[in-house]
Amino acid sequence: MRRWIPLLVFAVLGVFLYLGLYLNPKEVPSPLVGRPAPDFTLPVVGRPGETFSPSEVRGDVWLLNIWAPWCSVCLEEHRHLPRMVGGRVPVYGLTWKDLDREAAPLLARNGSPYVAAVDDHDGRVAIRYGVTVTPETFVIDRDGMIRMKHVGPITPVIWKSKFEPLLRELQL
Amino acid sequence: MSCRLRLLVLAVFLLPVLGAASLPATPNTDDPALEARLNHLAEDLRCVVCQNESLAESRASLALDLREEIREMMRAGLTDDAVVESLVARYGDFVLYRPPVKPLTYVLWGGPLAFLLIGIALALATLHRRRTLRPQADVSPEALREAARLLRSDHSRHPGSPIASGTASRLSHQEER
Repeated sequence: MRRWIPLLVFAVLGVFLYLGLYLNPKEVPSPLVGRPAPDFTLPVVGRPGETFSPSEVRGDVWLLNIWAPWCSVCLEEHRHLPRMVGGRVPVYGLTWKDLDREAAPLLARNGSPYVAAVDDHDGRVAIRYGVTVTPETFVIDRDGMIRMKHVGPITPVIWKSKFEPLLRELQL
Repeated sequence: MSCRLRLLVLAVFLLPVLGAASLPATPNTDDPALEARLNHLAEDLRCVVCQNESLAESRASLALDLREEIREMMRAGLTDDAVVESLVARYGDFVLYRPPVKPLTYVLWGGPLAFLLIGIALALATLHRRRTLRPQADVSPEALREAARLLRSDHSRHPGSPIASGTASRLSHQEER
């Protein structure tokens, strides 16, 4: 019996190490889930004089997608987002640190997947949302509460498994 | 290697270290007291994009933004605790290099102590068992004689080995009893 003890200890250690392989260090659990979405008022990209604030869409379920013109994965996501969402829920964009002012011509050229994209030029609103990487997507409910945060691009599989059930639950 | 060459090699290897040391972590400020407070606080905060660096040492753009955010909160009169609290509210305990003691982190904080106690208990148990161990008494006289003979022959091959001869004489003594 005693000689099995080292093997047993090794097996337990092995299980922990194996599970560790599947942890994504980028996926930081957000304490914001279940809390009110931080409010802001920012200018809308490509529409001079216009602003957007989350309080304007109170009463709606909506998505806030954090993106940046220098983020190629975000641009790839833009191409697939409208087809996945299918107009079931409005998607707003938060343009993170568009220091070279590329967002407006880029959205005009490629077509925008957003109802409106706001310009977070110095990245301060992104900090309030605890953004660490682009793209990130927040699901915000009718009461203005953050219900989910997804880190990384949304693929059709992720949309079906993570977003659709939640949106159904939020009565859409 | 000549002494001078050795010094030269040492100097070359030290160059990057000296270079890093001479760079201040955060320039551009007019309030050294606030900057000192910020740096002290940022040492214990993790840069959320470059995960193995503290907020004080990171030069990632998000880290710069976060430092600016903290600076602003400090200027607005927030205490260190309030600043940390507001960061935890956005990024979670993940930003803390010193995780708080709570049910989720009991294993993290208590683990090392538990392992130390387990180790001490095992050591004490092993020592106790060794102390109470009795020498085996049921060795046959033939076996002892054979052992003595082997040791003696070993001694003859390696003359001057005091251990072997000592053991052999003790064994032969036992044999006589």
